[in-house]
Amino acid sequence: MADSIETAAPSKGARLQALGEAVRQALPRATIESIEVERGDELVLRVRRDGLVELMTLLRDGADFAFEQLMDLCGTDWPEKPLRFEVVYNLLSLSLNQRIRVVVATDAATPVPSIASIWPNATWYEREAWDMYGVVFEGQTDLRRLLTDYGFEGHPLRKDFPLTGYVEVRYDEERKQVVYEPVKLTQDFRNFDFLSPWEGMTTLPGDEKVHLNRIEGPKPQGTEA
Amino acid sequence: MSGSSAMASEAGPLTTAADPASLTSASGDSEQRRTVEVDSHTINFGPQHPAAHGVLRLILEMKGEVVERADPHIGLLHRGTEKLAEYKTYLQAMPYMDRLDYVSPMCMEHSYVLAVEKLLRIEDQIPERARVIRTMFAELTRILNHLLNITTYALDCGAITPALWGFEQREHLLEFYEAAGGSHYHVNYFRAGGVAKDIPKSLEDRIGNWCKQFPKFLDDLEGLLTENRIFKQRTVDIGVMSAEQAMAWGFSGPCLRASGVPWDLRKSQPYEIYADLDFDIPVGRHGDCYDRYLVRIQEMKQSLRMMEQCLARLKPGPVKIQDNKITPPKRGEMKRSMESLIHHFKLYTEGYHVPEGATYTVTEAPKGEFGFYLVADGTNRPYRCKIRAPGYAHLQAMEVLSKGHMLADAVAIIGSLDIVFGEIDR
Repeated sequence: MADSIETAAPSKGARLQALGEAVRQALPRATIESIEVERGDELVLRVRRDGLVELMTLLRDGADFAFEQLMDLCGTDWPEKPLRFEVVYNLLSLSLNQRIRVVVATDAATPVPSIASIWPNATWYEREAWDMYGVVFEGQTDLRRLLTDYGFEGHPLRKDFPLTGYVEVRYDEERKQVVYEPVKLTQDFRNFDFLSPWEGMTTLPGDEKVHLNRIEGPKPQGTEA
Repeated sequence: MSGSSAMASEAGPLTTAADPASLTSASGDSEQRRTVEVDSHTINFGPQHPAAHGVLRLILEMKGEVVERADPHIGLLHRGTEKLAEYKTYLQAMPYMDRLDYVSPMCMEHSYVLAVEKLLRIEDQIPERARVIRTMFAELTRILNHLLNITTYALDCGAITPALWGFEQREHLLEFYEAAGGSHYHVNYFRAGGVAKDIPKSLEDRIGNWCKQFPKFLDDLEGLLTENRIFKQRTVDIGVMSAEQAMAWGFSGPCLRASGVPWDLRKSQPYEIYADLDFDIPVGRHGDCYDRYLVRIQEMKQSLRMMEQCLARLKPGPVKIQDNKITPPKRGEMKRSMESLIHHFKLYTEGYHVPEGATYTVTEAPKGEFGFYLVADGTNRPYRCKIRAPGYAHLQAMEVLSKGHMLADAVAIIGSLDIVFGEIDR
């Protein structure tokens, strides 16, 4: 039953997988590290840094891909990984009505090639990623801070940057100017640990059945019947 | 100012005093020919300027009264929403979303709840009534947003009356907000799994009555602006964006459609009940400020159509999924059932755990594609919550749009882009 439906019209996941394979075929070297279709709904390509510009140019100009728009570009921080930062590009094709997500990994020292020459609106997104995470973009001529204060130090969206920040600002009536001072809080930020053993992620020995009631990932289709 | 520009036009091409050729010709030729010195200078537009629509600091490099370069400095309203969301449970992060684009709060919530629902894999289980209510309020919010944008944009171009009229209609809509969510503005009404509570019985009739009188208001508003000579002089052929440019700069929503690209997420990638609704997509042709205005006016008419269809589809039923791991139990149940009480307590302290995964979920917000790149790591908090704001991309094109225009046109362009700093600075 399930097979006959699949042969009649390929599912969205299969179509996206095929699209990912087509991208892999069109590139000469092993640029694409992995192709993944998340929840059968969103195509994710993990690529090497050095092939990024080539890949993006192909995605924009290739007739089968036609991703005219860079909708979003952002950083992500995974401090436990050797390459702790990921730069995530979300592209949209208006003519073919499809989306793709491209992910590049890097660390604080290694620059990622800028794609501002492909999509002009990448500039602000790259500036923001630099501002928030300290990811350097090679070839980006305008890598100023964007959202934080003039003269701000640090990269606030990094996981090791505290939520409260380091400095606070106020207007000093005596000095007639805005002053920066270390953050003073009357109460510490209360960071509750919700990963408690009685309904958490960790499993105590003999307590495996608490996970039976949890929300788990998607059940493989067809197994319920 | 006007004197110097008159002199400049008499003297023909602008020359500088330092230019030796012009000096000799000016002294040798005739007495009438005067040399006018015009150097480019920089204007600091904002951060507190009524036409900046918030806290925009725009560094304008001018050549006379013509804009040469425009460098927007943003972030003056940066509140760190993305960072805050990483330290809150999924439910606690909801109210921050209202405060992104604070003139269309429910549409901001909408993208967020759809993203969370996708990660929870419950997007197919949302009850019909909740979907209809959410769609109706999304469209109501679109009118709310466009009313503010069009009227304040007209205000920037010198027309005061539309703002006075428009705010009355907005007030009616905000009363519907209050009736549904209990708050006039930052309602925090949508929830992953449905909506917070059902709308009161009388609200359907009230919205229905409002829908009946709104076309008359729209006609009046159009009577003030659409063929208004002053308004057209200020907006036609100002800030022109071709379709290719608009796509390259990441435009979306009315700004993209005004450039002639018939793209609307409600049609092309439908969510909620948009696939079942009957509506058209207004598309502009020239991509100038005037077309952006026209598209928004037409969109309000389409939104009204959709609201009426939603009202007709509204059938009694549950407004949130019945899984008490995600939505709270009824108050009455909590009084009797221990399990409900525990569910309630756990939900409002620990929240729900969202399975590992990432999604980029978008909706057609009034300003354009409003998206969430949400990364879940299996705990009760988002690992990463990137907010894709349409205004961010639009404002970035400010230099392209305003180059070669007069300073006053820059104001019209900002108005036509529908800039709100809550969503741009986040």
